[in-house]
Amino acid sequence: MLNIVNKSPLDRNALDACLRIAAPGALLLIEDGVYAAIRGTAVEARITAALARFRVYALLPDLEARAVADRVIDGVTTIGYDGFVDLVAEHDACQSWL
Amino acid sequence: MPEGASKKFMFVNRTAPYGTVYALESLEVVLITAAFDQEVCLVFVDDGVWQLKKGQQTKGIETKNFSPTYRALEDYDVEKLYVERESLDARGLAEDDLIVAVTVLPAAELGKLMAEQDVVLSF
Repeated sequence: MLNIVNKSPLDRNALDACLRIAAPGALLLIEDGVYAAIRGTAVEARITAALARFRVYALLPDLEARAVADRVIDGVTTIGYDGFVDLVAEHDACQSWL
Repeated sequence: MPEGASKKFMFVNRTAPYGTVYALESLEVVLITAAFDQEVCLVFVDDGVWQLKKGQQTKGIETKNFSPTYRALEDYDVEKLYVERESLDARGLAEDDLIVAVTVLPAAELGKLMAEQDVVLSF
């Protein structure tokens, strides 16, 4: 399963719900969800812990728009739109945690 | 309102830029309000502080980068920008990460400031 989170973890609990419920697999952070992928925030530990169970990806154009591409947590893979398409194609199903 | 009278307007920004349209809409209303010679101040709390993050590059998401507008606010006599200390800390941000000069206040101080306003608009 490819899990997709597009909400800020500092504002909404979509990421928490995903990490609590989803079986190990892939997690893609997009739009405001990319704030979960960066160092120094109050929620950083949630992603570093999740790296043991999920391959974590963050969409680079969204990181760049928000000026946080230079502080991505080690272990999180940044991808472009082409990588996004590849991930969707590689997985049997996607779940968007809106 | 009698001619020439002005009210104290506060714009409270709590949303990140680009994920929703709130941040951009707030800026639009701020500029309109300032054009009517009202006393305007802006507050950035929670994810609203991301609006001021230095270095936004929006080419990849094909969206207008409106962050330079914050630097133009002083041309509209909008010079009072407040940021909550706690919100910066929770996001690993420092004053130096912001695109404009702001006054950083703890939550309690911000609350006092809010209580002094005639109009508070939230985005």
